[in-house]
Amino acid sequence: MLQGWVIVTVSFAYLGVLFAIAYTGDQRAEAGRSIIANPYTYALSLAVYCTTWTFYGSVGRAASSGVGFLPVYLGPTLAVALWWYVLRKIIRISKAFRITSIADFVASRYGKSQLLGGLVTVIAVLGVIPYISLQLKAVSSSYTILRHYPQIVMPAKAEALPFVQDTALYIALILAAFTILFGTRHLDATERHEGLVAAIAFESVVKLLAFLAVGAYVTFGVYRGFGDIFQRAQELPPLRALTTVSGGGYGTWAFLTVLSMLSVMFLPRQFQISVVENVDENHLHKAIWLFPLYLLLINVFVLPVALGGLMLFSGAGVDADTFVLTVPMAQRKEGLALFAFIGGLSAGTGMVIVETIALSTMVCNDLVMPVLLRLDRLRVGQRGDVSRLLLAIRRLAIAGILLLGYVYFRVAGEAYALVAIGLISFAAVAQFAPAILGGIYWKGATRAGAIAGLSAGFAVWAYTLLLPSFAKSGWMPTGFLTAGPFGIALLRPQELFGLSGLDDISHALLWSLLANGGAYVGVSLIGAPSVAETTQAALFVDVFRHTHATGPSRIWRGTAPVGDLLPLVGRFIGPERAREAFLAHARRRGAERLEDLPADADLVHFAETQLAGAIGGASARVLVHSLVQEEPPGIAEVMDILDEASQVRAYSRELEQKSRELEAATAELRAANAQLQQLDRLKDDFMSTVTHELRTPLTSIRSFSEILLAEPGIAPAERERFLGIIVKEAERLTRLINQTLEMAKIESGSAEWRTSELAVDQVIQEAVEATGQLFREKEVALSLACSAPHPRARADRDRLIQVLINLLSNAVKFCAPRDGRVEVRLREVDDLLRIDVQDNGPGVRPGDQETIFQRFRQAADTVDGTSRGTGLGLAISRRIIEHFGGRLWVESEVGKGATFSFVLPREAPAPGATAAEAGR
Amino acid sequence: MAPRILIVDDEPNIVISLEYLMKREGFEATAVADGDAALRALAGEPADLVILDLMLPKVNGFDVCRRIRADPRWGKVRILMLTAKGRETDVARGMRLGADAYVTKPFATRDLVAQVRKLVGAP
Repeated sequence: MLQGWVIVTVSFAYLGVLFAIAYTGDQRAEAGRSIIANPYTYALSLAVYCTTWTFYGSVGRAASSGVGFLPVYLGPTLAVALWWYVLRKIIRISKAFRITSIADFVASRYGKSQLLGGLVTVIAVLGVIPYISLQLKAVSSSYTILRHYPQIVMPAKAEALPFVQDTALYIALILAAFTILFGTRHLDATERHEGLVAAIAFESVVKLLAFLAVGAYVTFGVYRGFGDIFQRAQELPPLRALTTVSGGGYGTWAFLTVLSMLSVMFLPRQFQISVVENVDENHLHKAIWLFPLYLLLINVFVLPVALGGLMLFSGAGVDADTFVLTVPMAQRKEGLALFAFIGGLSAGTGMVIVETIALSTMVCNDLVMPVLLRLDRLRVGQRGDVSRLLLAIRRLAIAGILLLGYVYFRVAGEAYALVAIGLISFAAVAQFAPAILGGIYWKGATRAGAIAGLSAGFAVWAYTLLLPSFAKSGWMPTGFLTAGPFGIALLRPQELFGLSGLDDISHALLWSLLANGGAYVGVSLIGAPSVAETTQAALFVDVFRHTHATGPSRIWRGTAPVGDLLPLVGRFIGPERAREAFLAHARRRGAERLEDLPADADLVHFAETQLAGAIGGASARVLVHSLVQEEPPGIAEVMDILDEASQVRAYSRELEQKSRELEAATAELRAANAQLQQLDRLKDDFMSTVTHELRTPLTSIRSFSEILLAEPGIAPAERERFLGIIVKEAERLTRLINQTLEMAKIESGSAEWRTSELAVDQVIQEAVEATGQLFREKEVALSLACSAPHPRARADRDRLIQVLINLLSNAVKFCAPRDGRVEVRLREVDDLLRIDVQDNGPGVRPGDQETIFQRFRQAADTVDGTSRGTGLGLAISRRIIEHFGGRLWVESEVGKGATFSFVLPREAPAPGATAAEAGR
Repeated sequence: MAPRILIVDDEPNIVISLEYLMKREGFEATAVADGDAALRALAGEPADLVILDLMLPKVNGFDVCRRIRADPRWGKVRILMLTAKGRETDVARGMRLGADAYVTKPFATRDLVAQVRKLVGAP
C-alpha cells in the first residue's frame, strides 16, 4: 500500500508546504510584517539543533548505552543558562557589524582577517560534512525501509549499489535543489532569511509532533505506559543495564556534555539561526527556557521507544537507529510510520538546509570572494551587477557541500552509527570555542594566536577522529591505528601519547582543545596585536559599552561620494535595495535627497556595513578599500577611535585626570605658599639679626657718648679709653653695614663682578701687604709658600683680595700674640689652584666647622674681646669663591690650629703667556 | 649697704659702659659673659638686680630668667632685661618669664639708670 510513489509524493508535498511557508515569510518580511519577530518562533527555530541524529539516533544510542544519549541534550540545557551573557554579547556584536557567519565573526574579531575567515570556513566545511552525510544516510535508510512496508528489511550496504541506484545520491541532489530554492532565491543576498526561519520553526514542530506520536503510541499503544515498559525491561538482564549509568561512563558524560555545550553555539547552522537570524536579542529571554523545554519533550520517549523496540525485535537484527520507523511498521500502523518518516525527513532537511546555507555563505564570503577580489576578476570598477555572481557561487557551494556529504557517506558512513558521525562534527566545531569566547572577553587575543589555535586544534581533530573514521571504513589501511604511524606507538591516533581509557571522542576533544587553547593563548601572549586587531578587539570586548552610543568602527578616514558608493553596493545587493537603503540612511542623517548626503567617512562606513551584510566583513573591507583610497589609520587615530568608542571610559578617565590635575595644582599652591612663608620667615630672621647686629655697636657708641657728654670732668685716661671704644665700634658698624649690603647684593645676584684673568700669587702678595700691620702689631709670624708654576685664575681682583684679607685677619685674630704663626700656601692640584691659610690658634670645633660659614654665626667662644667680627666675613667669602666656580672650607682640630682652604679653577697657560709674564 | 648689681652680657664694650654707669651710681657691680657664669655667680652671692642680655653663649637669657624665677633662693632678685631684641613678642615673652623690666639696646643711659634705681629701691 505504501508504494514508493506515495512516499515520494508525500515527501514532496511536505517540502512544498515548507517552501510555501518560507515564501510567505519572505513576503511578509518585505511588507514589514514579520512573522518571525516573536520569541516562540525564535525558540522553535533553535530546535534545528535536533536533526535525524535526535530523531533516529537517540533511540539507537539509548538501545546500546541507555541514558548515554542524554549528554548531547544536557549540554545545550546547561549552555542556555549562560546565553544571556555569552550569546547576547555575540548577537550584539554581530548586529553592530552585520556579521554573516561564524567565519565572518572570527575574521572580523581578529582585524577582518581574510586568512582567518578562510580557515574557519575550511574547518567548518570539513568538520560538518560528516554531519551532513549523517542526514543523507538517515533519510535514505528510512526511505528504503519504508518502501519495503510491511516487511522490515535493513538497507543494503551503500557500496553494494551502483551510484545510479543509490537513494542517498538522489536525496542529496533533491536537497541541494531545495536548499538552493530556499536560501538563494533572492537576488538581494542579505544576511537574513526570514522565510527560512519560519519554515525551520515549522519543521521543528513537525518533527516534535511526529516523535511524540510514535513515542506515545509505543508507550501507551503497544505497552501500557512508562511503568509497564520499564518494568518489563527490568525483567530482562541485558535491558536492565540500560536504565543506569554504567561504571566509568561519567568521564564520557562530562566530555559529551561540554562538547554539546560548545556545539549548540558554534555549529554553523546554530550560529546562523541563533545569531545571524535573530531579530531581537530580547527573544533570548523566552528562548532560555523554551529551548530546553523542547529538548526535554523530544527526549521523553527515547528510552521507552528504545526499550520497546529491543523487546519487540529481540534478536531480529533490526538496527536500533530505525526503531522510530520500524516499530510502527511492525505494528502495521502505516499512517504513523509515514508520519514518522516525514518527521525524520523534516529533521534531516531542516538541518541540511540551514547548515548548507550557512556554509555556502561562508564559502562565498570568506573563501571565494577574497580570492576573486585578489585576482580582481570582479573588475570592481568596471563590471555591472555581481549579485548574480554571488548567488551562483552560493548555489555551487550548496551543491558541492551536499555532494561532499554524499561522498563521505559512501566512504565512511557505514562504519558508524548516526550518533558517532555527529559527534565527529561536534568535535570539529568545538575548535571555534577558544577563538570566539576568548575573542569576546580577552582583548589581548591576537590574530596569530587565533590562527595558531585553530590550526593546531583542527590538525589534532583530523588526526585523531577524521583519519580513523576513514581507516575504520576500510578506505585507508588500519595499520596506523593499531601500531601507530611508522610503528611509533606513542602517536597512535586514538591513544595519543599513551592516553588510553577514554572513548575516541573524549580523547580527541581533550587533545584538540588542549592544543587549540594552548596555541591560542601562547601565541597571543608572545606577539603584539596590530592596529586593526586592537581596534576590533576593543569594539568586540566592549560591545555593550559603545553600541547605542557611537556605532561601530570608525577606523576609516577615507571619503567617497554617493555616486561611487551606491553603484558598488547596488551591484552586490541589487540596485533597488541599495537605493532604498541609501535613502533611508540619508533621511536618518537629515538629508532630503541622496545627492545631499555628505561624502564623508560615515557614508563610507555605511556602505561597508551594507556590503558586509552581503559578502562578509573582510571582503567588504577590501572592496570599499579599492574604491575609497583611504588613508590607513595611524596609531593616534586609532587611539582617538578607541576613546570615542568607549566614551564612558574616556569620560571617567578625563574626570580622573582633571581631579588629579586639581590635586597637583593644590599641592603646588600649598608648596608655593609654604615656600613664601619660609622666605618671609627667613627675611624676618635676617632683618631681626641685622638689626640686632647693628644695635650692638650702636649701644656702645651711644652709651659712651652720653657718659662723656654728661661728665665733662672725666679723667683724661678714662676719656681716652672711651673715645677709643667709640671709634672702634663706629668702624665695626661701618664694616657691618658694608658687608650686609655686599651680602645682599651677592645673594640677590645684583653684585657687579669685574672678572679677569689674574696672577693669583700677586693677589696673595697684595693681601699680605694689606694685613701686614695686624701681624706686626700682634707679633704673629707670616710665611708664604708658592709652588705653582702658572698660578692664574679668572676672578674679580678686589673680591679675591677681600676673601684673602678676611682669612688672614681671622687667622691673626685667633693666634696667640708673639707665639702665633700663620702660613699661606699656593699650589696646583690637577686643574685647580689651591690656597691654604693655616694658623696655630685654638682651632675650630667639629660642630662649628660648617656654622661659621653661615651669616651672623660665629663660633661660640672664640672671641678675644676686643675685635669682634661681623659674622658675615666667612659667609661672604664662601659665596665669592663659589661664584668663581671654587670651594671654601676649613680643616681643624681643637688645640692644633685651623687651615682655611679654597680652590679655584686654574686657567690653562695661553701660548705666549709665559713670554708676556717674563716681560713684566 | 650698696645694692649689688650683676651684669650679664657678652659684649665687652657694653659691659664696660654698664659697669661704669652702675659704679657711678654707687652700686656694687660685677660682670659675667654667659648664662652659665651668671647662675654660678648668683649661687655664690645673690645679687639684688641682674641686668640680663638675651643672646648669650651657652645658656641664653630667657633660660637664665626662668631658672632664677624657679629657684626660691632667688625670690628677691630683680631682673632687668637689656637686649637688642626689641620686637614686641620678645618683650612680652620676657615679662611673662618673670622679668621686672625690659630695656632695648641701644638705651638712653639716663633711662636705664632710672629703671635700675627704681628696681633696687634706691632714692
